[in-house]
Amino acid sequence: MVPDIHLFKVAAPNVAKKAQAGQFVVIRIDERGERIPLTIADWDREEGSITVVFMEVGTTTHRLALLEAGDFIADFIGPLGLPTHIEKFGTVVCVAGGFAVATIMPIARAMRIGGNRVISIMGARDKSLIFWESELRSVSDQLIVTTDDGSYARKGLVTEPLKELLEGDEKIDRVIAIGPSIMMKFCAKTTQPFGVKTIVSLNPIMVDGTGMCGCCRVSVGGVTKFACVDGPDFDGHQVDWDLLFARQRIYLDEEKRSLEQWQSQCGNRS
Amino acid sequence: MLKQVPNLRARNFNEVALGYTAEQAQSEASRCIQCPKHSCIDGCPVEIDIPGFIKAIRDDDMPEAVRILKDKNSLPGICGRVCPQETQCEATCALAKREAPIAIGRLERYVADWERANMKSVSSPMVQPAPTGKRVAVVGSGPASLTAAADLAKLGHSVTIFEALHVAGGVLMYGIPEFRLPKDIVQGEVSYVASLGVELELDSVVGKTVTVDELLSNAYQAVFLAPGAGAPMFLNIPGENLNGIYSANEFLTRVNLMKAYMFPEYDTPVKVGKRVAVIGGGNVAMDSARCALRLGADEVYIIYRRSEVEMPARREEVENAREEGIQFKLLTNPKSCIGDESGRVRALELYEMELGEPDDSGRRRPIPKPGTEYIFEVDVVIVALGTRPNPIIPSTTKDLETTRWGTILTDEATGKTSKPGVWCGGDMATGAATVISAMGAGKRAATNIDEYLRG
Repeated sequence: MVPDIHLFKVAAPNVAKKAQAGQFVVIRIDERGERIPLTIADWDREEGSITVVFMEVGTTTHRLALLEAGDFIADFIGPLGLPTHIEKFGTVVCVAGGFAVATIMPIARAMRIGGNRVISIMGARDKSLIFWESELRSVSDQLIVTTDDGSYARKGLVTEPLKELLEGDEKIDRVIAIGPSIMMKFCAKTTQPFGVKTIVSLNPIMVDGTGMCGCCRVSVGGVTKFACVDGPDFDGHQVDWDLLFARQRIYLDEEKRSLEQWQSQCGNRS
Repeated sequence: MLKQVPNLRARNFNEVALGYTAEQAQSEASRCIQCPKHSCIDGCPVEIDIPGFIKAIRDDDMPEAVRILKDKNSLPGICGRVCPQETQCEATCALAKREAPIAIGRLERYVADWERANMKSVSSPMVQPAPTGKRVAVVGSGPASLTAAADLAKLGHSVTIFEALHVAGGVLMYGIPEFRLPKDIVQGEVSYVASLGVELELDSVVGKTVTVDELLSNAYQAVFLAPGAGAPMFLNIPGENLNGIYSANEFLTRVNLMKAYMFPEYDTPVKVGKRVAVIGGGNVAMDSARCALRLGADEVYIIYRRSEVEMPARREEVENAREEGIQFKLLTNPKSCIGDESGRVRALELYEMELGEPDDSGRRRPIPKPGTEYIFEVDVVIVALGTRPNPIIPSTTKDLETTRWGTILTDEATGKTSKPGVWCGGDMATGAATVISAMGAGKRAATNIDEYLRG
């Protein structure tokens, strides 16, 4: 779709029947693959399909990127996690960082259908990484786009327009922030002084995704929660971010080793 | 029975116990006095005709031994390896009062292994039952589910198993390690259940992908719930979320189900550790410790707050662990976990315990000894304190009553729950227990479901 970011539509009628905004799937690419969670970006109940968007990071996502239309994924399990809580809050700001624009789409849509005024902010590193702008605009009352380097739309980080909105005349009733953990942390830090409830979607490492292993434990308000069954949505003001960052880095060495081994086996594709 | 020698087996994942030879099996079977009381059967939760199959071994009629065993037990290769026979059939064996009881578990395993080696095309053991036209959904694919599914299929019902993970077998696949229960044995017995006509729906999380109420309204007349007590318990002490601290469920799932011991050929990693501490004294703690050793850890410690006599693990597994070099720190409990600057565990703060009066469980209560705290360096910690029920099914099913422990309220004799058309068995009904008690529950529920469907 854009460099290193891919969109897949997967035939999974049982998952499509049940999917709701904010939920995820766990996939395993083949017999030897790891189980990884991917957020559900969209679904078509009639067609029986689920849309997922992912970025090439580790071995599984690099291998996924090589699949072509008509190929198979061994396991595609879901929908998992609790759906995002939707109700009529008033004005909701949906903030998406990087490829999470795909994740926030169904949430923004559900919030709007739920009777909210939806202001969306989407940010990317540069112009080449911008996608689904018109899609997000179509489910938002207002859309603000930023790029870190200013190569497209407004220059800067998503927290800047977020802060301006909070300081402005319009009352903001809720903020949903989804993207890289560091971006979610700073969104939560931005909203905290204003006392606006801010929901973030956490993405720790998972194995089963059904509450069985506790790999995805996070600390929220001083209490240990499993992101897979108690989340993935949590109150961003209560999250222990340093713990999340540390736990996301557990296997950095192994992930590097795995990717190098895979790349040396299949040759360097370009 | 021969075993791999300790210093070799401590570094490989191959099965520890090597099983009887034909001569050994014959000789052991000949010790059975075929007493008229059949007290061994009283000790068997699934009521196998134990003297019957032992007599068939003695008479060298192995196909008959297989037939008798499988009449009551669809999973003999599994039971022969992981049942605690010493507290069941072997405890009630008539010989047990005077000499060693008959090694019933080893003979059961011998029969199952003989069948696997010699009856390659395992056909359904009986005439096809008349189809009843009734459909039963079985949730989970562990020992309770496989037993219930097999029994119901043998009675002519059409059965579908719904399994959340990507392979069938439940705890037999993700929990019990390869060296104690080889995974091809489990898959062989799963295939046997499938050969009876049972359908397998993998990757299907009941409560998420499909709910119990949807199953009941979509062509299933009965639902048997046996999803296991899947949620791990932690210590609730400071530092428990540091990197390198695993639940036993996670550690064993990575190693057994995802085959992390073959990383990077298999893509799921696990931290091996040089000094590993396993907290707990049950079979799962022994399994975790022995896996850690096989992955290549230098030193592995079991840390248990009571003394060895109170350990819930099977004696045999404790002995196996000790022979392999697992070290036991008894009457010891962790107070906190200490990390380095990167968020990785580097030590446990431990303190000593002493035993007081017996508690509700009948075991002597451990009491902390003040002022005994000390620092114990470790780089991987595995918490094996047991599991509690996973709330996904109770929280998504209407009118299904639970107990204050979160288990599903279940009548022990029939497996019935508070919801019409729904039965439950295994750890979800009782809390964490054994493979064979789950199988017994599966059997009783299958009998009751059959009566209900024919009623």
